[in-house]
Amino acid sequence: MDLALVWFIAIAVLWIGYFVLEGFDFGVGTLLPFIGRSNTDRRVMINSIGPVWDGNEVWLITAGGAMFAAFPAWYASVFSGFYLPLFFILVALIVRGVAFEYRGKVDTDHWRAAWDKAIFFGSTVPAVLWGVAFANIIRGVPMDADHIVTAGLFDLLNPYALLGGATTLLLFTLHGAVFLSLKTDGAVRHRARAAVRTLAVATVPTATGFLLWTQLAYGTAWTWPVAATAAAALVAGVALAGRGREGWSFTATAVTIGAVSILLFGALFPNVLPSTTDPANSLTIANASSAEYTLTVVSWVGLVFLPVVIGYQAWSYWVFRKRVTPQQIEPAPAYGGVGTSG
Amino acid sequence: MEALDLARWQFGITTVYHFLFVPLTIGLSVIVAALQTAWHRTGKHQYLQATKFFGKLFLINFAMGVVTGIVQEFQFGMNWSEYSRFVGDVFGAPLAMEALLAFFLESTFIGLWIFGWDKLPRRVHLACIWIVAIGTNLSAYFILAANAWMRHPVGFEVNEETGRAQLTDIWAVLSNDQAWSTYLHVVAGAFITAGLFVVAVSAFKLLRSRYYGDSGTPGDVPHRSEHDLFRATLRTGMVVTALAGALAAFSGHHQAQLMAEYEPMKTASAEALWDGEEGAGFSLFAVGDIEDGRNHVNIQIPKLLSFLATNDVNGEVAGINDVQRDLAAEHPGNGEVDYRPNIAVLYWAFRVMIGFGLAGVALSVAGLWLTRGSRMPDRPWMYRLAILGLPAALTANICGWILTEMGRQPWVVVGELLTAAGVSPGVGLGSVAFTLTGFTLLYGVLAVVEAGLLWRYVKAGPSHVVPNKEDGADDSDDSDGADTAVPAFVY
Ligand code: HDD
Ligand code: HEM
Ligand code: HEM
Repeated sequence: MDLALVWFIAIAVLWIGYFVLEGFDFGVGTLLPFIGRSNTDRRVMINSIGPVWDGNEVWLITAGGAMFAAFPAWYASVFSGFYLPLFFILVALIVRGVAFEYRGKVDTDHWRAAWDKAIFFGSTVPAVLWGVAFANIIRGVPMDADHIVTAGLFDLLNPYALLGGATTLLLFTLHGAVFLSLKTDGAVRHRARAAVRTLAVATVPTATGFLLWTQLAYGTAWTWPVAATAAAALVAGVALAGRGREGWSFTATAVTIGAVSILLFGALFPNVLPSTTDPANSLTIANASSAEYTLTVVSWVGLVFLPVVIGYQAWSYWVFRKRVTPQQIEPAPAYGGVGTSG
Repeated sequence: MEALDLARWQFGITTVYHFLFVPLTIGLSVIVAALQTAWHRTGKHQYLQATKFFGKLFLINFAMGVVTGIVQEFQFGMNWSEYSRFVGDVFGAPLAMEALLAFFLESTFIGLWIFGWDKLPRRVHLACIWIVAIGTNLSAYFILAANAWMRHPVGFEVNEETGRAQLTDIWAVLSNDQAWSTYLHVVAGAFITAGLFVVAVSAFKLLRSRYYGDSGTPGDVPHRSEHDLFRATLRTGMVVTALAGALAAFSGHHQAQLMAEYEPMKTASAEALWDGEEGAGFSLFAVGDIEDGRNHVNIQIPKLLSFLATNDVNGEVAGINDVQRDLAAEHPGNGEVDYRPNIAVLYWAFRVMIGFGLAGVALSVAGLWLTRGSRMPDRPWMYRLAILGLPAALTANICGWILTEMGRQPWVVVGELLTAAGVSPGVGLGSVAFTLTGFTLLYGVLAVVEAGLLWRYVKAGPSHVVPNKEDGADDSDDSDGADTAVPAFVY
């Protein structure tokens, strides 16, 4: 198998890691105003992802870095071609990251309410925009022979892409709700379980629609079972959550997100960015990749270090395996100036 | 006004902003780790307080470093797509390694450190902060290797067919002399900055406790035991700054030599040296005429420039006019290009870097002398002056980067790719203007928020993070049991 193909797969793996992991912390952020009715609830929710969200986000940074190294032309065309959506994603990720860190640092309701909004928007906007962006990547964009994307913002807002955005938002939110029912206790857990049921009503048809559209318009023979797995895992996830099998339910929603991502990359193959102007202008695995030597270098680095990374990230999840309960949340400090912990 | 100009402003603004937090993260991670180690070894309550107090300030800073870094990672593709296409093969490798080897370490172990105070065995918890410190330094090395490659490209060839640079030797890129030299200089600058941060915070608290007595609002005035704590951290910060200052001067000298060798135009511009000279002096103050290519006034220290650039007081240093001629002859394909960077900016950036940076170092050396034995300076202005070390160090760092990056212009990759050829052709002026405005406003707001938070936490003091011991309480009983009494860092 040639190395460019290996790296196409490796990049798919990095994006899958990103969507599965950051997916649930986006979901928790989106659910914050709905499930977190009191400050204690919201702190339970935030603490459930507190130790891990930054590590999850590095999957994105690594996916970006790997695209830069292994497919410079892909990185260049996608990142400049999706200029404004990426800008909004960046702004969202900035305010969200700062919000997690700063929310508890001043003990007033006003302060917390502002950062709660930042967490909500900072999680919801990228959850939608990643779907929009990836759907457009599959669908193709206007691109000239020099691989310069000429799409305007409104070219990117087509029905297929919007359906993609709705799908990622709903899937991530559902994944987040399942995560909360797995990782918290008390009122939050109770409401999260109810939210899974409510969300399922919208998520199952939307995601199925998107899966079918993708499969019929862009899929190939081997992606059929992938699409079917995604749909089946989604239904199973909802059903298992209803039975209180939270661990299995979370596994199932993770499989759903993974399978949806595999379908997207499978539908893209062997292109990396199709051109709607002229298929001859498309970026492909072959014409976008780095030279053999670079690919060999990054392969060795990836082969040695990715397992190590996965190892210590898994360990950190294990350290924080216990449920976050309202009892662990300390009362607000006596002195109103600075929140020691509130 | 073109998209190119705005893209450059955007890169400059967002990177300088990122680099306000970076040196503090690099230095403070090590200082906090050292404080926690001291607590681990001695069990002294004071060290626990210091760890958690500076740890909070470190985290407030760290958050900003992380979120502004993501912008950097994406920006190459967004605004500099042709540059990315040209260099990706070479430049992408260290960037990918940085993410995989360094960022995962930092981000995972910082989470473990913040939330692990009462979940992890003490020793393991201590290891977490050290791993964070190692991760930040690793990340600095990789990104600086990528940056150094743009100033001194090695280990690659340009593919005739595709017109793209191709990596031929990764070791050459990672062991580039410009890379390790820059790394030493940047890390030295980072420790100067972090040291002066600790000095500034300690001086502020000491100033309050010594001269403003109990009159302030509750919580503002340090407890008596805090006085000892801040005396200790004041001196620690000064030692760090003094040591790093020596490294900065040595590595700076080496940087000057590499600069003269690889980028003679930068050296000449930074000195406003129009025509080549042997035994060239180091200019202290010059007023020149850029159109005419000469200086009206130039006050110099004789022979110092030749020494800095060539290690020989009589060495030859090329002038701006010479290098312009050489470059025009070397790159006929570029047509009429002015290879001179912004001379006035470089000239002053160079002086401000050295002047402000070393002033901060001098302040620390003087401070160590004044606080020897158990002495303390007895004039309030001295404490106020110590606080000014921090902005001086930050300014020196920024000026260093302005020298490095603006001095590289009009090249983005020296000798290989002009900046103008690297910009994204598909991104219009309107888009760049929009994002430039967006980032600038957002960054402005966040700067105010973060400064406000640091201020609050400094004012509240360590007793707010870890309660002070009762007077006369014995330090030695601060065993494992104390952990549960200490509020963990939770959101
Ligand atoms: C000399 C050091 C240095 C330099 C020149 C840069 N950075 Fe940086 N960066 C760091 C040193 C650092 C750090 C110390 O490792 C940070 C700062 C705060 C932090 O959390 O890590 C960081 C954070 C940071 C992050 C977030 C990592 C995370 O989520 O944990 C990214 C993606 C980048 N940087 C990327 C860049 C890029 C693309 C740069 C080039 C323009 C850049 N940095 C310049
Ligand atoms: C963190 C410290 C850094 C600072 C403060 C800094 C500062 C700057 C500034 C002020 C400019 C604008 C120069 C001009 O347009 O005249 C610039 C340009 C640039 N820098 Fe840096 N830089 C830093 C690190 C880096 C690193 C690590 C890289 C690459 C790995 C890099 C790559 C670039 C590129 C590609 C440009 C292109 C835009 C241009 O040349 O105008 N910089 N930087
Ligand atoms: C004797 C004192 C110093 C000398 C001779 C010196 C020399 C230099 C030179 C020649 C460069 C440009 C390198 C290039 O573009 O290739 C540079 C860059 C830089 N300097 Fe200094 N410097 C000194 C002190 C300092 C101090 C005290 C600080 C910070 C507190 C500092 C921070 C920086 C930074 C951040 C850069 C940009 C990174 C780099 O290119 O290394 N410098 N310095």
